[in-house]
Amino acid sequence: MPNTEANVLIGGEAGQGLVTLSQILTRAIVRQGYYIMVTQSYHSRIRGGHNTYALRISTSPITAPKENVDILVALNKETVQLHSGELSAGGIIVLDEALEIKNESYVSVPFKSLSADKYWNAAAVGVVTEILGLEMTGVEKVAREFFSKHSPEHVDANMESFAAGLDWMKKNDLKFAKLASAELKEPRIMVNGNEAIALGALSIGMKSCFFYPMTPATSISMTICEHAQGMGVVAEQAEDEISAINMAIGASFCGSPSLVPTSGGGFALMAEGLSLAGMTETPVVIVLAQRPGPSTGLPTRTEQGDLEFALHAGHGEFPRAIFAPGSVEECFWLTRKAFETADEFKIPVILMTDQYLADCYNSVKPFAIDQLKTIDVCVPEPIEQPHLTYKITDSGISPRLLPGFSNSCVVAHSSDELVVADSDEHTENGHLTEDLSIRAKMVEKRNRKFTGLKSVVLNPESVGPDAPDLLLVSWGSTKGSVHEVCDNLSNSGVKAAYLHFSQIWPINSDVVSKILNKAKEVVCVESNSTGQFAKLLRRETGFHIEKTILRYDGAPITPQHIMNRLELGTKDV
Amino acid sequence: MFELSDYGDYVTAWCPGCGNHSILKSVKDALFKLQLPPYRVLFVSGIGQAAKAPHYLNANVFNGLHGRSLPVATGAKLSNPNLTVIVESGDGCHYGEGGNHFLAAIRRNVDITIIVHNNQVYGLTKGQASPTSSPGFVTKAQPQGVFNEPFNPVQIAVAMKAGFVARGFSGNEEHLSELIQQGIHHKGLALIDVLQPCVSFNKVNTFGWYKQRCYMLPENYDPTDRNQAMLVADEWGDRIPLGVIYRNDRPAFEQHFPFLESGPAAIRSVDMRALKEIVKSYS
Ligand SMILES: Cc1ncc(C[n+]2csc(CCOP(=O)(O)OP(=O)(O)O)c2C)c(N)n1
Ligand code: SF4
Ligand SMILES: [Mg+2]
Repeated sequence: MPNTEANVLIGGEAGQGLVTLSQILTRAIVRQGYYIMVTQSYHSRIRGGHNTYALRISTSPITAPKENVDILVALNKETVQLHSGELSAGGIIVLDEALEIKNESYVSVPFKSLSADKYWNAAAVGVVTEILGLEMTGVEKVAREFFSKHSPEHVDANMESFAAGLDWMKKNDLKFAKLASAELKEPRIMVNGNEAIALGALSIGMKSCFFYPMTPATSISMTICEHAQGMGVVAEQAEDEISAINMAIGASFCGSPSLVPTSGGGFALMAEGLSLAGMTETPVVIVLAQRPGPSTGLPTRTEQGDLEFALHAGHGEFPRAIFAPGSVEECFWLTRKAFETADEFKIPVILMTDQYLADCYNSVKPFAIDQLKTIDVCVPEPIEQPHLTYKITDSGISPRLLPGFSNSCVVAHSSDELVVADSDEHTENGHLTEDLSIRAKMVEKRNRKFTGLKSVVLNPESVGPDAPDLLLVSWGSTKGSVHEVCDNLSNSGVKAAYLHFSQIWPINSDVVSKILNKAKEVVCVESNSTGQFAKLLRRETGFHIEKTILRYDGAPITPQHIMNRLELGTKDV
Repeated sequence: MFELSDYGDYVTAWCPGCGNHSILKSVKDALFKLQLPPYRVLFVSGIGQAAKAPHYLNANVFNGLHGRSLPVATGAKLSNPNLTVIVESGDGCHYGEGGNHFLAAIRRNVDITIIVHNNQVYGLTKGQASPTSSPGFVTKAQPQGVFNEPFNPVQIAVAMKAGFVARGFSGNEEHLSELIQQGIHHKGLALIDVLQPCVSFNKVNTFGWYKQRCYMLPENYDPTDRNQAMLVADEWGDRIPLGVIYRNDRPAFEQHFPFLESGPAAIRSVDMRALKEIVKSYS
């Protein structure tokens, strides 16, 4: 019987060609119609260290990574030592004969006789292609494209090694069932969370991106840089994160929807700028791709430890919105939503992800670019003259004018069209004031935006029976794992449901407390050590979630992790 | 045709006799002489006494955070290159809190004009030392006098090959207005460091102190000679040179973004066809 699923773990040192091997296989697998879920784990170094690329393949949709490994591709001894314990029953290890570790379930490949050292990973692609039973010409095509792009002078040598690996595996008998063939109903693309954010930003009409490199946010900016000139986007590496957010605010003030991707440390430096965006009422979108802290922490691992920080960062009181995508696709859509929200309410908006989601590859439907709207920063109506940057309104939102422009983005022609913004408390015309009664009115004006924000909140996704025995509560990147756990529990007869938040601020407390109160038992699942989201819910709804499943070792929350804790009674890592 | 009065006339919160009044006058005079429409000019400032200046004239204004005016101005100019962007703040703002941005802005060379009100002291916070305070300058924060070697903004800018480096004095309004006009004309970053007496908190570097020492660079001075400019920029103490100390014609940063020629970000449409191709490339 062919397999409908396989979990492949490729492990080795950085610089061993792990990425080449993984990318070719994954791309080919996606093109052949399989669903994938990729989790990457790596050390914070360029050479050496132990890195893994976990590729879960299925003929039907999947939402979470898996822990048990069916095929372990070990590029070095350490991988065998560290991961052979994760092998599923019937799982195999593919390794180099020269490593001289023998066992019945090991596929020892004589790489030396198949190819020169340099092309080793191409041969390995051939071997795995045959083991999985992938359609050979498809993989060959992807491999050729890949090598033409990345090492054009070695295409032929690489392709020969690929064929040699494939042939060798064909001649050797193996008791590992091949993958059932997948049905390709529609073409899909392979993107990770960070790429989806970059594409989402480009699709809504982001015109500038300012950044200072910091893992795991960096590849958002790198993806934008790659396409910046072609898309008319100013992408600039700032001298520090303080500069990045201030540049974004300046750009946005002048009509560029702007993005600043960063991680916790960089976000900390941006705190004053965040408050500036709140005071000057300038739209800006910040991506906070979390990694374990405090301080430098574990640069290349995952955590959801910055929730309370994001909620409270920035001095003074001002409205903000925080989104936390639960999947690669949501990274795209919620980036768009973040820009729309920032633009509509003229506030800073934070999009929170983490290393797991940032690096997680998925096969997704190509985003329907044709049907998407972009942000129009030009005010259509004639403006009131003289223009009041901070006109007091019922909604708290003042009509916006861009410096140098009249309405409809016609060039300005009168001094009644001046735009004045101030970080000091200000009058409606933007000039600084110390009049305390105006101060109070401006505080109230800014706060009124919060009412509007609340009325358009994305309510949490509530899935499962109405009054469940077990309700799992989660936010952000853990959605897929919680979803899979609920499916499994339901299949085994448990009345389980989940409540997942992709917008974590503001929260619609009425809606949420109703759902929480109906469940017999509620468990909050989070990647941090103090249950920050459970605390937020308690503050907002009064509902005390007593049980938490937390993980804070830097690895992502998997369905298996949740299942283990549920069975143990909910003890932490 | 704009009148001088079109650039505004406001009551300020500055002390009588403060050099800021003269700098404000020179700025307005420069805008008037250049006949720049107020609504096509954007002033960006930080926080401090100097940083209040844009509130006292008619123009677009973004008065941001202490030390952060340059990043805001950079983002603004790259978003709408049609605006004349002028940055105005104090020595503390530019050379202290915003020091890293100052160095980066010189390297980047965006077409903005920086006017630094250099009173060699922190005015707004009531008289602590600034990066340009002289050694020995006694304040409540430095009761034994300043120990640190002062920051020489002009010489740093010449060393970093800034495109336009000048020094003015609030006591010479006409000359200062000319420097500002030239700075605005210059395509690229222009630095104008302006010596400004603070009557309340700097009793050492007074109007008379500056007046006695400042001299005009001669007609035949060649500001394109960088070696000479380094020597001139080093002069401080008994004699302080005023004028354009150094200039070159490095290309402005904006020239690296050909698409900026098609106009400000606000009116540039998104090329959805190109984006579709990008999405396809992920298959
Ligand atoms: C982040 C931050 N730190 C400190 C301050 C307080 N502060 C306001 S102005 C200033 C110094 C002003 O000196 P300078 O820039 O030389 O301007 P001046 O008042 O002398 O014109 C300081 C320290 C602040 N506003 N923000
Ligand atoms: S304190 Fe100094 S800088 Fe400030 S207004 Fe008074 S004289 Fe001018
Ligand atoms: Mg000062």
